[in-house]
Amino acid sequence: MKTTLIMSTALAGIAFGAAAQEVNVVSWGGAYETSQVEAYNKPFTEETGIKVTMIAADNPATPLRAQVEARNVSGDVFDVEVSDAIRLCDEGALVEIDPAMLPAAPDGTPAIDDFVEGALLDCAVANIVWGTVISYNTTKFEDNPPTSAVDFFDTETFPGKRGLPKNPKRTLYLALIADGVAAADVYDVLDTDEGVQRAFDKLDTIKNDVVWWEAGAQPVQLLADGEVSMTTAYNGRIFDAMVGENQPFEVIWDGQYMDLDMFVIPVDAPNPEEAMEYLKFATDTQRLADQAQYISYGPARKSSAELVGMYKDGTTEMAPHMPTAPANLESAVLDNPEFWADHSAQLTERFNSWLANS
Amino acid sequence: MTALNFGDDMAITDPSGPATGPLTTADGKPLVKALARSQARLRRKAFFLVLPLLAFVLITFVVPIGQMLQRSFYNDGFSANMPLTSAWFAQTERGTVPDDAAWQALALDLQASAEARNIGTVGTRVNYDMPGTRSLFTSTGRKVRRGIDPPYQQTLLEIDDEWADPQLWSTMREASKPYTANFYLASVDRTRDAEGNIEQVDERQRVYVMLFWRTFWLSGLITALTFVLGFPIAHLLATLPMRKSNLLMILVLLPFWTSLLVRTTSWMVLLQQQGVINDLLVWIGIIPDGQRWQMIYNQTGTIIAMTHILLPFMILPLYSVMRTINPSYVRAARSLGATSWTAFRRIYFPQTLPGLGAGAMLVFILAVGYYITPALVGGSSGQLISNMIAQHMTGTLNWSIAAALAALLLGAVLALYWLYDRLVGVDNLKLG
Repeated sequence: MKTTLIMSTALAGIAFGAAAQEVNVVSWGGAYETSQVEAYNKPFTEETGIKVTMIAADNPATPLRAQVEARNVSGDVFDVEVSDAIRLCDEGALVEIDPAMLPAAPDGTPAIDDFVEGALLDCAVANIVWGTVISYNTTKFEDNPPTSAVDFFDTETFPGKRGLPKNPKRTLYLALIADGVAAADVYDVLDTDEGVQRAFDKLDTIKNDVVWWEAGAQPVQLLADGEVSMTTAYNGRIFDAMVGENQPFEVIWDGQYMDLDMFVIPVDAPNPEEAMEYLKFATDTQRLADQAQYISYGPARKSSAELVGMYKDGTTEMAPHMPTAPANLESAVLDNPEFWADHSAQLTERFNSWLANS
Repeated sequence: MTALNFGDDMAITDPSGPATGPLTTADGKPLVKALARSQARLRRKAFFLVLPLLAFVLITFVVPIGQMLQRSFYNDGFSANMPLTSAWFAQTERGTVPDDAAWQALALDLQASAEARNIGTVGTRVNYDMPGTRSLFTSTGRKVRRGIDPPYQQTLLEIDDEWADPQLWSTMREASKPYTANFYLASVDRTRDAEGNIEQVDERQRVYVMLFWRTFWLSGLITALTFVLGFPIAHLLATLPMRKSNLLMILVLLPFWTSLLVRTTSWMVLLQQQGVINDLLVWIGIIPDGQRWQMIYNQTGTIIAMTHILLPFMILPLYSVMRTINPSYVRAARSLGATSWTAFRRIYFPQTLPGLGAGAMLVFILAVGYYITPALVGGSSGQLISNMIAQHMTGTLNWSIAAALAALLLGAVLALYWLYDRLVGVDNLKLG
């Protein structure tokens, strides 16, 4: 009896092990996850038979680091921010990825030339370009809508509370832009003590009118509730509310903060081969273009841009809602991961101190 | 207690015969030893019964917490990956100007570390104590990864002249020892200067000490509020007839069983500027539309929501104690001429103290470590120290300072517990 039980368990284990070709992907949840499930996971499983399990995290870099430190890695592919990808790669937590392995564009352009600048790192491949943008509730400003980052800081002409994320990375740049710094000079200014002080001084002018948010879904809710009249938010989430749910929102592209999201594979991933298969599949030209049907995040390949068509509702043209659209890029601040790898700790402390002493 | 009190007293004389020595069992062994043996067997059995629980607590609680706390004073990010440089630091005294041997050690370590892909760990460790140096390590690492040739000092300085900074060498010296108190210093807004003296950090960077004070002050205030609100309810629950008190009990327990997040979010719906309460106040004309009250996303929001969420932890122990208070004591006091206030103050209230102590302790300790509610409704002025710990755990990924802050918090709570024990006595606690 006992032997039978052991035998059958062992057999079941073998059978399961053989059949279970799978890959675990850790991403950010919400509308973004839906876009990845529809555009990457479903066709991937159809084509290869490999089952994809999606796991949501607030910031996938955190479980990744915890799993690698505990030497108990359960995720295969993680979707992380650039600064985290660089840092984790430097710490030896990630597998190196050779860009030559990635599929070329349909016209034969090799991957290394097809991806946008900064999208290919030693251990990471970008899948989307996304922006943090200012958005406002149109019912609050019917006669005289705001148009720029300067207006965001002008609570006299444009009354109402403001929503800002509770971190230095996505607040200090906006203060500098509103104070007249050109988008290209933001990090040169922030690199000096006077520049940091200047940013905090500008933030001081609206400090009492700010509602701070932390999770990506919060600013959309604050704006919908009328709790704030203007907020910064991730452009895909705002688009989802604006077009998907017909909320009375409008986006101001002036002073957008542009960022990449990267796919990485940790060392000791349980299914390294499947993980690499998934990564190659998900970052090819067609897949990246497909994901833009579900959320307004730009594909990280140049060759995907012309394949981006309509939103899933069939009537909304996606191109003007992309952070990469030429008109939206005019005063965009590009993320500077090196700067933040160096100064994140120090500026976060100063930011927290500034916040708490109110 | 007395039933187990054998031992030396067992040497009583046998009443049936002459005193021939200690009592023995039927098979001739001394009774004291036989008893001890059978007792030991029972204890062993009892121990085996709790063994699974003990193992569970050890594996899921003591070990992980111990490992986490270890990070607060142990970080081998530098010493493990830069062995030659660490050895040079160990041989020389503080303030020694780096010689050729030092530069050679540094160059070779950097090259080996960059090749092994752990230079980021080294840079992160140094960056904790000297912000802005992480990229110095990683960018130098990228350049020397394929190999580095002498003269080492000149090569490194050509890559980046920041390598000559005495402050950097002083910081590396600190980091070369895996055991460090620097994370504790940072948790109380202190740092070391180039000579290694402890000084306060720049005024604009100070935050932790203020947050510790705020955490304890707000927790105390919330404990007091739950007492003021919970005491009458507990009294009602304990004195009303069963049928009515059961209904009331359900009203206390229902929110207690509801998810914490649901309750916090409900408060957001009620308190926000476009929320139910403000709408109502505007509608009945108490406040004009333009001057809605700010009751959430600040300290007020934290206090209101946390008081509500922690209220059952005060009511339940108070209730269980009040149930056992004999009403005839108060009646006796009244019949002896005490006013109702005196009877309450001198007879009833002192009897509720064990419940009050337990409730206050539960609420205070829970409040000190609370983090979801302040994170959601606290805005900037309602943040507690636990929010900072969470941020270092998940945001900056500086687990060492998170561990140091958590250790200080744990220490402070234990100190308060000890104080409570000295003043009131833990034996007087009554949890239910």
